[in-house]
Amino acid sequence: MKLLQGKTSIITGASKGLGKSIAQTFAMHGSDLILLSRNLQAISGLKTELESLYAVQCHIYETDVTDLNSLKNTFADLNKKKIVADVLVNNAGIMIDSTLMTVKPEMISNTYNTNVNGTIYCSQLALKNFIKKRKGSIINLSSIIGTNGSAGQSIYASSKAAIIGFTKALSKELAPLNIRVNAIAPGFIETDLTAGKDKAQLSIGMKRAGTPEDVAKVALFLASDLSDYVTGQVIGVDGGMII
Amino acid sequence: MTNSEKLYNAFAEALNIDLNKINDNLVYQSIAQWDSISHMVLISQIEEAFNVSLETDDVIDMSSVGKAKEILSKYKIIF
Repeated sequence: MKLLQGKTSIITGASKGLGKSIAQTFAMHGSDLILLSRNLQAISGLKTELESLYAVQCHIYETDVTDLNSLKNTFADLNKKKIVADVLVNNAGIMIDSTLMTVKPEMISNTYNTNVNGTIYCSQLALKNFIKKRKGSIINLSSIIGTNGSAGQSIYASSKAAIIGFTKALSKELAPLNIRVNAIAPGFIETDLTAGKDKAQLSIGMKRAGTPEDVAKVALFLASDLSDYVTGQVIGVDGGMII
Repeated sequence: MTNSEKLYNAFAEALNIDLNKINDNLVYQSIAQWDSISHMVLISQIEEAFNVSLETDDVIDMSSVGKAKEILSKYKIIF
């Protein structure tokens, strides 16, 4: 059964890692896609792959989520082409490791601009069409670091904690309009973002790192009508990780 | 239908109130039906009615029916 047949999903940061895996999983389940990335070449390849494998339509945009004007142009173009999304996955994010004493101001602004502001901007722009349809699902990528904290990641952790506050507040604001807002808090997932990090120190109940597909399956649930009555939740995808 | 009638209809539908209660002096949050949630619905209703996409500043500034006309005139909607 294709869970997203007839739906269109916007995915930010779609060129690699979790975003790419979510795009593949959604396409496999019949969703047309709007892929946003700073790397047009990468999403161009993904578009070709997904359109031929799953017979879905992929629209790609070279867009930086920290650049509000670039986002406005992207959404204006979608409106012009009458492409209306049902789902928004705010996945684009960066992670910088640095103890607080060594944090530079630009590290803070870069992290917050991408992880927090980018999520807020995209949600604001996608919202208008969700309101018109009185239906929509916003899925924000937080992190176990945001829920539990981790040494050397105070800036990243606080940005991901902000995503949780944003998710919970927005879910309350939009529930009367039948628009759902949820977050996923991945644990240690094998992606470029976590490449080179020492897994030996991690305490994961299931004794393995997560895969991007583990996260994508939860995103699929939240995007689909299976989660019709689920909003304001932060779902951990961490294999029982203790941090 | 004139643009004024179109706008009044959009307000009546979005706020779920009688058309005869809409006039240019109706102000945001002056009635229970025009709260922050219905304001979002109103914006989408107006955008659909006039086929425009309002800037965030204009969404914030839309504090009355009269003000809505003023704002829409920037989008070449004549009243």
